Amino acid sequence: MSLRVFIPRDAGAIAVGADDVASKLEQAAANRGVPIEIVRTGSRGLYWLEPMLEVATAKGRVAFGPVSVNDAASVLEAMLADGPHALRLGITGEIPWLKRQTRLTFTRCGVIDPRSLEDYRAHNGYSGLERALTLTSDSILADVTASGLRGRGGAGFPTGIKWKTVAQTSAMQKYIVCNADEGDSGTFADRMIMEGDPFLVIEGMTIAGIAVGATKGYIYIRSEYPHAVEAMNAAIAAGRRGGYVGSRIGGSPHSFDLEVRVGAGAYVCGEETSLLESLEGRRGIVRAKPPLPAHHGLFGKPTVINNVLSFAAIPFILAGGAKAYADFGMGRSRGTMPIQLAGNVKYGGLFETAFGITLGELVDDVGGGTFTGRPVRAVQVGGPLGAYFPSALFDTPFDYEAFAARDGLIGHGGIVVFDDTVDMAKQARFAMEFCAIESCGKCTPCRIGSTRGAETIEKIRAGERVTENIALVEDLCNTMKFGSLCALGGFTPYPVMSALKHFRDDFGPAPTRLQAAE
Amino acid sequence: MTVYEPWDAARGAEIIAEHTHLDGATLVILHALQEAFGYVPEPAIPMIASALNLSRAEVHGVFTFYHDFRHKPAGRHVLKLCRAEACQAAGGDALAARAESKLGVSLGNTTPDQRVTLEPIYCLGLCATAPSAMLDGRVVGRLDEARIDALVAEARR
Repeated sequence: MSLRVFIPRDAGAIAVGADDVASKLEQAAANRGVPIEIVRTGSRGLYWLEPMLEVATAKGRVAFGPVSVNDAASVLEAMLADGPHALRLGITGEIPWLKRQTRLTFTRCGVIDPRSLEDYRAHNGYSGLERALTLTSDSILADVTASGLRGRGGAGFPTGIKWKTVAQTSAMQKYIVCNADEGDSGTFADRMIMEGDPFLVIEGMTIAGIAVGATKGYIYIRSEYPHAVEAMNAAIAAGRRGGYVGSRIGGSPHSFDLEVRVGAGAYVCGEETSLLESLEGRRGIVRAKPPLPAHHGLFGKPTVINNVLSFAAIPFILAGGAKAYADFGMGRSRGTMPIQLAGNVKYGGLFETAFGITLGELVDDVGGGTFTGRPVRAVQVGGPLGAYFPSALFDTPFDYEAFAARDGLIGHGGIVVFDDTVDMAKQARFAMEFCAIESCGKCTPCRIGSTRGAETIEKIRAGERVTENIALVEDLCNTMKFGSLCALGGFTPYPVMSALKHFRDDFGPAPTRLQAAE
Repeated sequence: MTVYEPWDAARGAEIIAEHTHLDGATLVILHALQEAFGYVPEPAIPMIASALNLSRAEVHGVFTFYHDFRHKPAGRHVLKLCRAEACQAAGGDALAARAESKLGVSLGNTTPDQRVTLEPIYCLGLCATAPSAMLDGRVVGRLDEARIDALVAEARR
C-alpha cells in the first residue's frame, strides 16, 4: 500500500513553501523506491504550523509541521516508520488548537481534495442541497431564518430575511451574487474556504438559488486571490461535469449556473452596491439605498448578495442543522464565526468557534500573544474599518452587539494583533490614508474628509496645535460617520476615534512612550 | 517573468470579440487585454467602447477607476509588497523601506532599467504568515530581511 500524504495547496501554505516541500517529498520517496500518493488539500488553518503535512495511518491522520524543504526526507522516514520526529504533532484531530474549535463551516477544509467532487460527496457534501430539493421555498427560508444566521460580511443582516425579500419579488430573472471581495486586512477565511472547500460555496449558492427562484449566480473574487479564482473555476467545471452546475441540478427540475468574475484591486468593491456596479462592468461607485439589491440588484434584477461565509454556512443548516446551528452562540449572534488571528500573533490562523468567546481568550489564550514576545498593546478587530481595542477591553465577548456597544465592530471576523512598538497616531493616519486611496469618490465626506483627516493627523503628529487639531479630527469623524453613503467613509472613523480614545498619549509630537522604549 | 505579446490591433479586436457575449463584459475584457499585452494599450479603449456600445469616456472611466489596470507596461518583474495592517503589525514597514532602498525606487515605481516594478498591495489574505509579498504572481510569506533581500535579488536578475 502506498503512503498517502496530504499537503495543502492553500496560498498561505504555498507562501511558506508547501509546493517545494511537496516536490521534495515526492523526490525523497522516489529515491527510496517507496510508492507515495500526495493529495493537495486546503489548509486546516493552523498557519504557524504551515507547511503542515499529514499522513494517513490506521489511527487517523498524523500531522507534521512546520516542515521545511530540508526536513522533507526525515519527515518521510518518520512517516514510513510511524516513528518519532521533532516536527511530529500527533493525530491531527487531537491537536488542542483544532480540537477546541467548533467547526461547522470549516469541517472539511484541509481534509478533502478541493478539486474532487467525489471527495466532497464522500465527506457529506451536497447533503444540504439534497434535502433542500425535497423542500418548498418557504421551508428552506424557514430553516435559514430559524438558524439565526446573519450576514458574515460584517453588517450582520439576517440572511433569512434577505432571502425572503428576494423570494417574494416576481421577476423573469433573479441573481445570486457571492461577495468574495475579501479586502479587509487580517481576514482570509473566504480565501481559505474557496481554496479548501469550494463546493461548499457552490452548494450554498445553489440552495439560495432554489429558495428564491434564481437561476444564475456570480462569484466576485478579488484579483489579489489568484489561487481562489483557480480553485473556484476548477470546482465549477467539476460541478458542471457532475451535474451540479447548469441545468437539472442533481437530477431535479432546477437550473443554476455559475460564473466567476475577478475584481481589479478596488477595496470599495467589497461594498455590495459597488460590487454590483463592478459586476455590471462599470466603475465601482456606491449606489444609494434604497432601492435595496433584493429589489433592484444586479442588472436591475432582484438579487441575493451575501458573503462567502454566509453561503458556506448554508449547507450545514439545510442538512437538518438549523436548530443545532442556532444552539451555538449568544444573544442575537447565533452559530459559529470563523475568526481569523493575524498580524503579530504567535499562533495565527483560522479559529471557528461559537459567538461569545472573549477577545482576551482569542488573543492571549488561542493566539498565544505576539510572536515578537512583546506585550500586546492593541488589536484591530474587523479590518481597516474596525476599531482598535486595548487590552482593557479584552473582556468583550465576540458578538455583534457587544462590540457595537463598545464602539467597535466584528466585521468579517479578523483580529490583527500589534505589540507595544505600535504608534497609534500612525495607525490612525493610515486609516484615513487608506480611505483616501480607496474612496470611490461619490460622496464628499469620504472623498474629501479622508484626505483632510490624514493631513490633520499628520499635523498632530508634528505637534502643531495638537488640542485644536484633535478636536477637528473628532468633528471630521462625526461628519464622515453620519454623512457618508457607505461603510468605507462611514466606518473609517472607528479606527481613528478608537485610537484617539484609548491611546491618546500617542497623539502629539514624538510620543513620550516611544522615546522611553528606545 | 511573464512574456507578453506586443500590441497588435487585430489581436486586440480578437480578444475583445471573445468576450462581448458576456453580460457586463468591460472588466473581463480589460483583464484579458492586460493578460495578453501586459497593459491596456490606449487604442484598445475606443475598440472596447465600440464593441460594447458604450462611450469612450465610460470605458476610460472604468479603466482608470481600478488599481490593477496599467496604461503602460510594467517592469520585467513585478514585486508587490503587502502594506495593510496585518503586515504592518508584523514589521512590514521596515521591510518595505528596505526594498525601496535596495531597488532605489519608491513603491509605485519602476527601476530606470525597467527590470523591476515595486508596488504596494493591500492584503493578499496571507495575514497569519505576515509580512507577505507577491513576485510575478508567486506568493511569499513570513518575510524577514534575508527573504526580502532574496526576493529583490531575484527580481533584479
